[in-house]
Amino acid sequence: MIRFVVRRLLQMCVVVLVLSMLVFAWLRSLPGGPVSAILGERQTPERRAALEAALGLDQPLPVQYLKFLERALQGNFGVSTKVLPGEDALQVFLDRLPATIELSFVAMVLAIALGIPLGYLAARRRGSVIDNGAVIFSLVGIAVPVFFTAFLLKYFFAVEWNLLPVSGRQSTGLDATRITGMFVLDGILTREWDAAWDAIKHLILPAVALATIPFAVIFRITRAAVLDVLDEDYVRTAEAKGLTTRVIRARHVLRNAMLPVVTTIGLQIGGLLAGAVLTETVFSFRGVGDALATAFRDKDYPVLQVLILAAAVIYVLVNLLVDIAYAVIDPRIRTR
Amino acid sequence: MSEDRDGRTPTPPDGGRARRPSYGQVRRDRIDALATAGTVDDEPGVSLIRSAWKRLRRNPIFLLGAAITLAFIVLAIISPWIAPWDVTARPLLDQVRPQTNPVPGPEPGHLLGGDDRGRDLFSRLLVGSRQTLIVGVFATLFGLAGGITLGTVAGAIGGWVDSLVMRIVDVMLSVPSLLLAFTIASLARSPSQWTLIVAIAVIQVPIFARLLRGSMLAQRGSDHVLAARSLGVRPRAIVFRHMLPNSLGPVIVQATLSLAVAIIDAAALSFLGLGNPDQRQPEWGQMLGLAQKYISEAPHLAFYPAGCIIVVALGFTLMGESLREALDPKTRR
Repeated sequence: MIRFVVRRLLQMCVVVLVLSMLVFAWLRSLPGGPVSAILGERQTPERRAALEAALGLDQPLPVQYLKFLERALQGNFGVSTKVLPGEDALQVFLDRLPATIELSFVAMVLAIALGIPLGYLAARRRGSVIDNGAVIFSLVGIAVPVFFTAFLLKYFFAVEWNLLPVSGRQSTGLDATRITGMFVLDGILTREWDAAWDAIKHLILPAVALATIPFAVIFRITRAAVLDVLDEDYVRTAEAKGLTTRVIRARHVLRNAMLPVVTTIGLQIGGLLAGAVLTETVFSFRGVGDALATAFRDKDYPVLQVLILAAAVIYVLVNLLVDIAYAVIDPRIRTR
Repeated sequence: MSEDRDGRTPTPPDGGRARRPSYGQVRRDRIDALATAGTVDDEPGVSLIRSAWKRLRRNPIFLLGAAITLAFIVLAIISPWIAPWDVTARPLLDQVRPQTNPVPGPEPGHLLGGDDRGRDLFSRLLVGSRQTLIVGVFATLFGLAGGITLGTVAGAIGGWVDSLVMRIVDVMLSVPSLLLAFTIASLARSPSQWTLIVAIAVIQVPIFARLLRGSMLAQRGSDHVLAARSLGVRPRAIVFRHMLPNSLGPVIVQATLSLAVAIIDAAALSFLGLGNPDQRQPEWGQMLGLAQKYISEAPHLAFYPAGCIIVVALGFTLMGESLREALDPKTRR
C-alpha cells in the first residue's frame, strides 16, 4: 500500500512538472508577451528592451524556464493586476481557497447523498415512475446551463420569497472570528452559532446549484452500475444460496457497483471547478472560482497562472485520494 | 433510453483486470466505445442507414428532437425578415426609467416588452437564434475539421504518428473542457464571436479525433479494406474512398450531440464576458449575462433566452441520443 502511494506521488510530480512547462509556454505565448502586458500603452522600443533585460527575457528559453520554476517554488508569482490590484498573486489564491473548498465540499456531499441512493432506487425499480422520472430529469439537467440553475435558485429563494441571502458569504456587519477561512467551520469552532448559521444560509443556494452537475452524473453512473451488477452471476448465486436481501444488497451489489461511482466522483472534481467559476459569479461568492472569472475576463495573468497551477495540483491530489479509496474498495488493485 | 451517454460504464482496456482509469482514460474509453458502435453490420441485406431510419421514423423522441432542431434552424435563417423590429432600434426608449422601471413591459406591438435599452425583446430573441446557431455550427464544424484531420492522419498512417497524435489528444482530454475553453477565450486580446467559436472548437477537436481514429482502426482490419488492398487499390484511395466514408457515422452522431454542448458552453463563455460584446448582434448567452443586473425587477429578461437555450440544447441532445441508439448494434435487439 505504501509503495502504491509513493509510486503515485512520484507520477504526480512528473505531471505537475509537465504542467508547469505548459503554463510557462502559455505565459510566453500571450499576445504581445508579458512586456506588453506590463507596459500597455506606454511602450517604446527602448522601454521594451530595458524591461526585457530587467525581466530576464533576453536570455535563452531553458534558462528562463528554470528561473520561472525557481520563483514558482518560492511562491513568487508576481502581483495581481485586476482581481486585487497590488496584492501578491499567491496570497489572493490562498485567501480565496477556503471558500471554494467549503462550497465544493458541501456540493459534493449533496450530490453523493442524493445521487447514489436515487440511482440505486432507479435501478432496482427499472422502468417505474421513479426510474423514468429521474432519467428524464437528468437528461434535462444536461441541457440546463449551470449558471441558469443558479440564477433560478437565486431569483426564487432569495429575491422572490426572501428565504435566503442573495449573495456573498456572510451578512454585512456580522463580526465573526476567523480561523480557517471556512465560515461554517469557524462558527462551530468558535461557538459563534449565529455566525455559523449565517454562513450556512449563504452557502445553501450556491452549493445546491453547483451540486446539480455532479448529481446528474453520479445518479446516471450509479443507476447503470447497479443495473450491470444486478445481472451478474454472483448476485444470482448469492440469492440461490439463500442470503438475506440486505446482505446481498450491501455486500454483493452495492460494493461492486461502487467502483465506477468512486471513479466518477473523483472525475467530477475537475468539472466542479469549472462549475464553481459560474456559480460563484452568480452569487458573488468570493472564492477561487469568482477570482478565476475576474482573472479570465480582465486578463490578470499573475493570478491566472497561480490559479491554473494550483487547480492542477489539487486535481492531481484529489485523483490520488480517489486511487487510494479505490484500492480500499477493491483489494485486487493493491496486489498489482 | 436504456443506454445513455454518461450512464455507460467504461470497460477497462486490459480485459477486465481492475484498474482505476483516470479522467482522460474514462473519456477515451467512452469515445472508443462510440467509435465502433455503428460499424457492425449484423442485419444482412438491409443497409445500416436504412434499418436505422426505419427505427427512427417511429421513435417519438427522435421526432421531437428533429422537430425542435428544424424549427430552430428555419427560425435562425428567416429571423431577420420576420422580426417585427430592428434589433438595434430602440422603440421603447421613452418608457425606460432607470430608477423606477428600467425594463418596459409587454404592450401591443411588443409581445415580450423591451430590454433595458428600450429595444424590442421578442425581435432580439428571434434574431439571437441566428448568432447562437452560427456559434454552435461553426464551433462544431471547426472542431470536426480539426478532429477529422488528426483522426485520419493517426488512423491511416499509424505507428509513431498515431502515438504522437493520440498522446496530444489524450492530454487535452484530461483537462476539464470548460476550463480549457475559458483559458483559450481569455487569451484573445479583444473578445468577439470568433474567439468564442475558436475556444469551443478547440475543446471539441480531441473528441472527434479520438472517435474517428477508433473507427478508422476498426475499418483497417475489415474485409472490404482487405479486398480493396488485394485488388491493388492505391493506399490513398483506400483511406479516402473506403475507410473514411465508412468511419464517419459515429462522428456525425457525435457532432449532433456536440452542437448542444457547444451552445451551452458558448452561453457560459458569453455569460462570463468572454463572448461577443457587440450588442448589435444579439446572442442568447450574451442576453442572459446582461439580464443578471435586473434579477429582481425583470427576471423574464433571463428566462426567455435561457428557455430558448434549454429547448434547443434539448432538441439536439434528444436527436443525437436517439440517432446513436439507432446506429448502436447493442441496443437494437
